[in-house]
Amino acid sequence: MVKHFIPSSLEEALKILHDHKVEIIAGGTDLMVQRRKWANTIPKFEQTMNIMHLSELSFIEAKNNKLHIGATTSLTDILEHKETPELLKKTIEDIASPALRNIATIAGNIGNASPAGDTLPILYVLNAKVVLQSMESKRTVPIDEVITGPRRTIIQADELIKEIIIPLEEFTSTTFVKVGGRKADAISKLSFAGAVSVEDNTIVDIRIAFGAVGPVVIRNKEIENTMIDMTADQINDKLDIILDAYSEIITPIDDQRSNKEYRKHVALNLLMDFLLDI
Amino acid sequence: MVSNSIRFIFENKIKEIKNPDPNETILNHIRLELKKTGTKEGCAEGGCGACTVVVGELKKDKIIYKAINSCIAFTTSLEGKHLLVVEDLTQKNGSLHPVQSAMINFHGSQCGFCTPGFIMSLFSMYKNKTSYDKKTIEESISGNLCRCTGYNMIVKAVQRAAKEGEGLW
Repeated sequence: MVKHFIPSSLEEALKILHDHKVEIIAGGTDLMVQRRKWANTIPKFEQTMNIMHLSELSFIEAKNNKLHIGATTSLTDILEHKETPELLKKTIEDIASPALRNIATIAGNIGNASPAGDTLPILYVLNAKVVLQSMESKRTVPIDEVITGPRRTIIQADELIKEIIIPLEEFTSTTFVKVGGRKADAISKLSFAGAVSVEDNTIVDIRIAFGAVGPVVIRNKEIENTMIDMTADQINDKLDIILDAYSEIITPIDDQRSNKEYRKHVALNLLMDFLLDI
Repeated sequence: MVSNSIRFIFENKIKEIKNPDPNETILNHIRLELKKTGTKEGCAEGGCGACTVVVGELKKDKIIYKAINSCIAFTTSLEGKHLLVVEDLTQKNGSLHPVQSAMINFHGSQCGFCTPGFIMSLFSMYKNKTSYDKKTIEESISGNLCRCTGYNMIVKAVQRAAKEGEGLW
């Protein structure tokens, strides 16, 4: 028997999560595709809870230099908000058509934890935190600790993603590149996100993340730290060493969208482009 | 707590579905229950846009109209909303919407399978934008695939419709 819960408030949603084993659906753009095999077939879901209509979870506001994005806030609403970081705006424009943006959510990307989730590298680069709430508790966890593997997270069965918190910071430059069959709506072969702050010709902050070239988004703070205090010329001199370091930790797989050789090659090329542009 | 019925506006009437199938997609509901077959199923995964419909939603006393892919959205998500499909754009006297006429006049439709989806994406663009330059048009139809026209004629058709259809859209 298929059971479908439509809670009327966040409180009710948390109670349902506490009492039943349910799958949470927000926009459903990823889950629907996972569960549907062919045209005209019905997706297979049991025990679902729809939360997209919960207005308590649909908000986006900047407070104390942090952007708070509710779990059911659509990509369209995030794109249209004036305080949304440019890097995130550019990413949304690059990854989804308007029809998908209207129902897709960032929380969905986190909950699904697909290695190819396109907003994930951005969340890693922007040091986003995820607020997880259950009936009994509320905890705020950095994005890189939430996702533990392909489609695996630390989110407990009685918890839901309440909001995402993104610190609002200034960078000298940011970049996002999606490599896919098509700009809108195609699942990425790989993606690259970078942000850098330069003061007096030296790097004071640099963050680099790769999507879809490992079981989770790849971001390595140790390698990033080796680049702090370098000038652009020094980066040029050390380019091979930096690329080698990343080459060690980029571990893509073969699948229907691409193969590991291509993914790794392109990922390192995108990194090189980014570093040479500093 | 478990909802037994959903209500939404369709053809200017309130439609109620009792005991909705929680797995049913909006697309299946439109084609199989409402018997409106203008909306097509292509890829069935939100990639081709043939199933695009427009949904109106009340937000702060204003109705916001948004294009969605009906093949990956549940019928139950229509609760409290206004559903618009391609058939709704035809005027009462049977005349076509300006963007539909322009698509015909500029050969923006060949085999026609993708056309209703394009029309609905463009209708949504009209509802949400105030100017229609090439970039806006291309972005609006970025989720729609057409294998016949090469898109140029579609963009031209929309530019013409925007010009000629002022006030009519």
